[in-house]
Amino acid sequence: MTEVISAQDLVKTFGRNRAVDGVSFTVSEGEIFGFLGPNGAGKTTTTRMLTGVIPPDAGTATVLGHDIRKKPVLAKQGFGVVPETSNAYTDLSAWQNMMLMGELYGLPRALAEERSSDLLETVGLIEKKDQKVQTFSKGMKQRLILAMALVHDPRVLFLDEPTGGLDVQSTQMILSLLRNKNREGITIFLTTHNMEEANRLCHRVAIIRRGKIVAIDAPEKLKMAIDRVHRIEVSFDREVPGEDLGKVSGVTAVNRTGDKYQLDVLARDAAIRSLVSFAVSHNLQIVTLNTLAPTLDDAFLRLTQESGP
Amino acid sequence: MNPESLPAQVRRAWAVAKKDIRIYYFKGPVLIFGVFMPVFLFLAFYMGGRDLPLSFLIPGLIGMTLFFSATAVSPAIFPWEGSAKTLERLASCPISIEAIVLGDMVASALFGIGITLVTVLIGVGAGLPVLHVGILLVALLLGACCFSAIGTLLAVPPTNVPSNIMMLSSLLKFPLVFISGIFVPLAQMPPWGVSLAAFSPLTYFCDLTRYCFSGANFFPVIVDIGLLALFSVIFSAATMYLHRRTMPRRL
Ligand SMILES: Nc1ncnc2c1ncn2[C@@H]1O[C@H](COP(=O)(O)OP(=O)(O)O)[C@@H](O)[C@H]1O
Ligand SMILES: [Mg+2]
Repeated sequence: MTEVISAQDLVKTFGRNRAVDGVSFTVSEGEIFGFLGPNGAGKTTTTRMLTGVIPPDAGTATVLGHDIRKKPVLAKQGFGVVPETSNAYTDLSAWQNMMLMGELYGLPRALAEERSSDLLETVGLIEKKDQKVQTFSKGMKQRLILAMALVHDPRVLFLDEPTGGLDVQSTQMILSLLRNKNREGITIFLTTHNMEEANRLCHRVAIIRRGKIVAIDAPEKLKMAIDRVHRIEVSFDREVPGEDLGKVSGVTAVNRTGDKYQLDVLARDAAIRSLVSFAVSHNLQIVTLNTLAPTLDDAFLRLTQESGP
Repeated sequence: MNPESLPAQVRRAWAVAKKDIRIYYFKGPVLIFGVFMPVFLFLAFYMGGRDLPLSFLIPGLIGMTLFFSATAVSPAIFPWEGSAKTLERLASCPISIEAIVLGDMVASALFGIGITLVTVLIGVGAGLPVLHVGILLVALLLGACCFSAIGTLLAVPPTNVPSNIMMLSSLLKFPLVFISGIFVPLAQMPPWGVSLAAFSPLTYFCDLTRYCFSGANFFPVIVDIGLLALFSVIFSAATMYLHRRTMPRRL
């Protein structure tokens, strides 16, 4: 498989804050690569270095074989970008924005017009094409920006939290367009803090935390790692000492939150059975019983612990 | 075509210029600094009660118009685009920083030439014939290049607040107008005044336009043209070099 994106030891420091601290990875042709991390982890900073918007303090990045610092124009010619903050020209119409992109990528006018019509049709903006972008909703702007990023038919697409804060309709439209484009062969680099999105869309996911990559793997494998932590929330009709719960078989840790207990357990099914027999034998009524999906933070904690010294 | 090649980059610069023309020509500060400012300055000067001949006044007005209009658009574009985040879009497109600056300069120069041609027509309408049309056009072209480069140079400090840059540029633009022989003929200046004027490209532009309208000039025409061209090249190279260095700090 051909390597399309490669990052080697990328470092970026803002003042005393090491936003990106030695990030390395490669993305192969045809992959959807997810860059998953909580807010402030360094996703946007990494994306901006990969796309040649800001220079790294150290390390190198190549896209389609071109070093982004040494051959910025050649590298940029091959990819499209949907940045974190929407940035179409609001004083121009959707169509004028598309034409500007066509010219900036050196497309012949007729080709730019044909592609723009198709893309605006696909993202549902063809009727609004002559309206100024000022009048667009956030979702419409984001769909336009995706269309703008695709006008030169790039081989690689970078997206920085493309569905953040969008309505359901725009989100669905964007995700399905990304899947289609990927089927046509486009390599996609996508940052997100939404684990479900990464899980549904990506072939491989890198998890970044505090500027460092803590894991790179297929989402199923990462989930397996994460799923080793199971959490159950339980409460009873009367006070039960935490130590008693700690003695229930399969429970490894007990945390009290309000009137409920959160239990770390080895296996959900077995733990639930033991909790039920615990309640029966102590003559307790179960008021709440929830299995908690691992949160992103649990996953990060788990993964950092495992990859740490 | 190789996207790195000069023709490809010049075409992309033209795309940037067209975008600038559509967006920035009609912004309030541009109209104020580029159109109203020179008109009012000149009116104040004209009403001052001095009865100077039209052949002195009109070239001065043309000089002032070109200088103010060609420096009105370019300083604000980078800060505007920085705060609107559209600069980040340009930065991720296959266009060099030099070509972006060139595009802004072209838009700025065209704005200057357009507004100034109106002034020229007013002068002609007022009964002042143009003696050297060719030289006037060369002067307009060179002057517009030179002043628009000065305009982008003023935008080098990486602030994303357009009004800061507008303020800074006024601070530099007004003194330049006063030392450039617009209000006082170079021939009537003391020697120190002339030496000061020699540092201002506007001086050579005004000298050229005076020559075109009245046949009188202070410096030889070829010197005026040569120095305007030299100033244009130096300022363009400087602004491209400096923007390459400061642009990452805006993003
Ligand atoms: N231009 C900047 N100047 C100073 N600090 C920055 C800048 N951009 C990002 N940071 C800091 O770098 C860290 C990583 O930010 P970012 O890459 O935006 O994270 P993410 O996209 O994962 O939310 C944060 O602590 C943020 O405050
Ligand atoms: Mg971000």
